Amino acid sequence: MSIVLPRKGSAQIGAFILILLINWLVSPQFFDLRLQDGRLFGSLVDVFNRGAPVMLLAMGMVLVIATRGIDLSVGAVMAISGAVAATLADSHSIVICLGAALGVGLLCGLWNGILVAVLRIQPIVATLILMVAGRGIAQLITEGRIVTFTSRDLAWFGGGSLFGVPAPVVLAVVALVVALALVRGTALGLMIEATGANAEASRLAGIDTRLMTVAVYMWCGFCASLAGVIVAADILGADANNAGLWLELDAILAVVIGGPSLFGGRFSLVLAVLGGLIIQAMNTGILLSGYPPELNLVIKATVVLVVLLLQTPRLIAFKDRLFRGTR
Amino acid sequence: MTFKKLLLATALFTGVTVPALAADMTVGFSQIGSESGWRAAETSVSKTEAEKRGITLKIADAQQKQENQIKAIRSFIAQGVDAIFLAPVVATGWDAVLGEAKDAEIPVILLDRDIETKDPSLYLTAVTSDSVHEGEVAGKWLVDTVAGKACDVVELQGTVGASVATNRKEGFEKGIAGADNVKIIRSQTGEFTRTKGKEVMESFIKAENGGKGICALYAHNDDMALGAIQAIKEAGLKPGTDILVVSIDSVPDIFKAIAEGEANATVELTPNMAGPAFDALIAYKGGTEPPKWLQTESKLYTKDSNPEAQYEARKSLGY
Repeated sequence: MSIVLPRKGSAQIGAFILILLINWLVSPQFFDLRLQDGRLFGSLVDVFNRGAPVMLLAMGMVLVIATRGIDLSVGAVMAISGAVAATLADSHSIVICLGAALGVGLLCGLWNGILVAVLRIQPIVATLILMVAGRGIAQLITEGRIVTFTSRDLAWFGGGSLFGVPAPVVLAVVALVVALALVRGTALGLMIEATGANAEASRLAGIDTRLMTVAVYMWCGFCASLAGVIVAADILGADANNAGLWLELDAILAVVIGGPSLFGGRFSLVLAVLGGLIIQAMNTGILLSGYPPELNLVIKATVVLVVLLLQTPRLIAFKDRLFRGTR
Repeated sequence: MTFKKLLLATALFTGVTVPALAADMTVGFSQIGSESGWRAAETSVSKTEAEKRGITLKIADAQQKQENQIKAIRSFIAQGVDAIFLAPVVATGWDAVLGEAKDAEIPVILLDRDIETKDPSLYLTAVTSDSVHEGEVAGKWLVDTVAGKACDVVELQGTVGASVATNRKEGFEKGIAGADNVKIIRSQTGEFTRTKGKEVMESFIKAENGGKGICALYAHNDDMALGAIQAIKEAGLKPGTDILVVSIDSVPDIFKAIAEGEANATVELTPNMAGPAFDALIAYKGGTEPPKWLQTESKLYTKDSNPEAQYEARKSLGY
């Protein structure tokens, strides 16, 4: 039997491999790997390491989008949790520091969830509130400056490694495995999809759609806060003005590249994460290429357009017809 | 208009007796906001500079909005302040409100940024830094430091399209012009942030043979340099030795890095714009017309300028 690529996801996997190959063409040392201070070192590692925050955000965002929602506040939540972690890092133990940072993320998610599920505010408006206010809260915590820390424990989340694999990648993979086990190992995923497909019917069928909605926003907040801790640990400081700035858009883009409709009802965690990797592979490639920075956004937009076009039903139908004709 | 006459009288009165009366002056300062650490430092330095001279300073925070600045200027005019300091958030659209200030005979001094207007008499003087010159100072330092040896430079630019980034790039190129041994081999934007500075430096290092091909890093601001320093360390190289680091702004943390030998030089963008403005104002009230542009000094700091003391002096300014 020949290897059959899954129909779903072949476009994304193909795009990812293609981008990696293009990166290799513009920069021949792209696949070079070596160990540096016990940590894998190379451009390919950078793609995964730098992509970890957006991968985490995409994991959270994809479930929110599956319930027909959207979370614009993830960038701001990153800034808040990073600020909390950096402020507490040198005065408290890592357990308290991390607990507080991730707890804040859960709390932000709870706030969004209540606004959406209980008060029935449209998700884009409800989360816009925290997107705007959240950065202000983060700036209040850091008093507008970049709070630096020296704690080795917190620094591990950005610069550390496990068996040579950078810590951010480890954390993203662990989060993905946990999420997959919870969502696809149980009926949870089905219930989330049902909530997004038809909330009223799901409620009548006995699904607690309110609980589902609050839960996915909390998961999204949790993922965002973990991403915020990673970003703060990476630069050994919390920059409330810039941490996670515009990353909510990258996260939504990652989810969209991963395939699901913004109208909810179906989702793929793995493909959303792959979407995040595609974005980062592209970023890393642009940086390696040496093109003038004015072209960055143009290149990015073109690649995204191509990846999205590859998935449009019309183009797929056209391709199928073409292949049938030649066979 | 009795109110205007009163203002006029006050203006004339202060005009004659000024030096002794500097203490009684009230200056309104329309500040952009507190978007960056530098901005916060500028505000706090303005306060201390006013205190030093016994001047009452009223600060209005515009939260990045021009309409708030216009409102603040109108309210300063209504209060009859002796002068208005303006750090304009944008370059255009000031003619009407500055015309009102001119009618009320209140001198306006621009801080940190210039405006575009057909009528330069709308403001007394502008105290700004020359960001082209800042880049030039950095470039000259590098040329002097490598002393004829071949040196391939990587550049971390500011946000694409920001005038500061364009100017600091242009200035650096001017600074190294004529020295054929110093070459910019890679240039990419780090968007003025530590995270991006680190990410872009990582890619520079990989693209240039693990960093062995890089002799120096020039960053348009200190924050990007601080991010890049970490990238250099994680690649197993020594920042400050294997790769020279020069950047602009002089924020407190870069002095820590200089003290530890991880950065080599920083060019100061002084947060003290108000000091020269107060001096110009006092001189003006005494009858001396200041030049239309007061350029602040772009001072270079290295490990020889006592970085520990510089750090201590700056850390509480709100950077």
